[in-house]
Amino acid sequence: MNCYLGIDIGSISTKGVVIDENDKIITSEYIWTEGSPVTAVKKLIATLKKNIPKDYIVKGIGTTGSARKLIGLMLNANVIKNEITAHAVGTLSINPNVHTILEIGGQDSKIILIENGIITDYAMNTLCAAGTGSFLSSQAKRLDIPIEEFGHLALTSNNPAKIAARCTVFAESDLIHKAQVGYSKEDIVAGLCKSIVLNYLNNVGKGKKIKEPIVFQGGVSKNKGVLKYFKEILNCEVTVDPNSHLMGALGIAIMSHKNSTGKTYDLNIKDISFKTRGSECKGCSNNCEILRIYKNEELIDTWGSMCGKF
Amino acid sequence: MSRLKIGFPQVGNYAQAARFLFSNILDADIITAPKITQKTIDLGVKYSPEFVCSPFKYTLGTLLEVIDMGADVVIQLGGGCRYGYYHELQNQIIHDLGHDVLFINLISAGHTDIKKIIKYLKKIDKKFSKLKAIRYFLLTKHMIKYMDIVEDYIRKNVGFEKNKGEMEQLNQEMLNQFLTVKSHHQLKKIYHKYITKIKNIELKKPKHITRIGIIGELYTVMEPFSNYFLERELARFNMSITRYTCASYLLFKKRKFIHKKIKKYSKYVKYKMGADATDNIIRAVDMCREGYDGIIHIKSSFCTPEISSMSIINKICKEYNVPVMFFSFDANTSKVGLQTRLEAFNDMIEMRQK
Repeated sequence: MNCYLGIDIGSISTKGVVIDENDKIITSEYIWTEGSPVTAVKKLIATLKKNIPKDYIVKGIGTTGSARKLIGLMLNANVIKNEITAHAVGTLSINPNVHTILEIGGQDSKIILIENGIITDYAMNTLCAAGTGSFLSSQAKRLDIPIEEFGHLALTSNNPAKIAARCTVFAESDLIHKAQVGYSKEDIVAGLCKSIVLNYLNNVGKGKKIKEPIVFQGGVSKNKGVLKYFKEILNCEVTVDPNSHLMGALGIAIMSHKNSTGKTYDLNIKDISFKTRGSECKGCSNNCEILRIYKNEELIDTWGSMCGKF
Repeated sequence: MSRLKIGFPQVGNYAQAARFLFSNILDADIITAPKITQKTIDLGVKYSPEFVCSPFKYTLGTLLEVIDMGADVVIQLGGGCRYGYYHELQNQIIHDLGHDVLFINLISAGHTDIKKIIKYLKKIDKKFSKLKAIRYFLLTKHMIKYMDIVEDYIRKNVGFEKNKGEMEQLNQEMLNQFLTVKSHHQLKKIYHKYITKIKNIELKKPKHITRIGIIGELYTVMEPFSNYFLERELARFNMSITRYTCASYLLFKKRKFIHKKIKKYSKYVKYKMGADATDNIIRAVDMCREGYDGIIHIKSSFCTPEISSMSIINKICKEYNVPVMFFSFDANTSKVGLQTRLEAFNDMIEMRQK
């Protein structure tokens, strides 16, 4: 039987999903990227390979997320697509009536509006990572709370501390101030969750019509506190799928299925070395950063030149 | 006094027309500014206030580059927004850096003081002749018109070129030949030769052509380096691009256009909002009515007139159900972010068409 692999390589975590001919998930995996997408993907594929039943053969690979281009090249993927489209396709396959997708990941956050199964509008955070997962996790570390317990702790507060929602620098100084005047940890944590929601709605969600049904996904959707404040502030039902963190990977797997060329992939990449070497081109005063991608010490692609010299 | 050297900032291919004009009316050397590169921007950013808009940084960078190449006279254009006052600041920055150059501004605060400019020009060239200047000014006006017609055709069709790069090459050839013309007759002949050649280039057009309109702040729209070659990226998705903002429009048609149109669009805009904000709102309505597949609005960060136009444009596009994207460019925008959003924009449009 045929199956298709979708990989979503984000800044913080790497997600992999294997689907069958009916676009149903056979197996999935979620690991930390830890700053090395190549190593993470090797690890991810090793685990996935173990979990795919013997009689399945991989007929397509799709990659998405911020390292999609590099990993797509490494795996010879048949589809390499941006995370906005991937998330929309993935969510629609599970929830065909969805109108609004709220997504908060490690470094970015986005909103996707859907009408009759078609993306009609979207936005992505610009300039800074305020109100994303990496900010939450660094603050969790500051407060010495494991990130997994963060959401539960927030739910126990009845009086969330007011924390500036505009920018992480302000949020952080506000947070320190609230701690120093003696607010309890749960109130601070709850305030932080609330500020994430307000920040999201003021930045990414600005001017967008948020209509039900609403789906919340991305790593931060696992945080119960953030979910609570989304419901409270939007004053409507917000659902989180148990697979909410896998939607990008699922979407790209489905796209890879649709665009399958019939080629078979063996997934033997454990021993292949994959390296990127960066250098500055001195050809003109643009000083482009040239990235050379080597597979087993053999140059396979070059990126980054403005003039197309490479 | 020895021959003076003149330099000016650049936007798109228009530096060529400026070069043609000044080299013919003044007995002076014209310095061709190097192409805008990262170095230009670094220079501009280094000596600019941080929150000034990017056209200021780009043009200051080029001015410093031409001064470095020996320019004694620099020419700058003002605009209808706060850019109209920027030359004062640039002049100050350049003098503070210790460069003793003559700084001429052709349009300040939206007005051209011809008497003052003639005084300056006479200072540069004692034998400056007004008659000759008028003759070449008219010739340059036609040249810009032809340039814009050719580029408009290229923008609409370059995405479907069979052999990539042919159109751009012919366009550059044409621009170089323009520099040598002496009469309108010659200019027209070259224009006809090249527009025919360009129109004869083989195209591979799909059944449905995706039409995208680009509107926004004029410098960012017209200088490809400042919008990270947005038009080139869009052409890669086989899109046909329309943009109305070009030099011949801004310099010669804008005033009439607004005057004629603004009353009919009073539902959306009643007043002149400064710079091109009003024009862009009117264009957005027109493009929505004509059934464009999408609109992209670009501006440099902190561009106040365009910020006020954005919410109106957003409303117009919602009303007509046309997808719209907004981009703000600064000197440090990442190209990857732009590509991700454009790809999603393209996917969205494709999904709608299905």
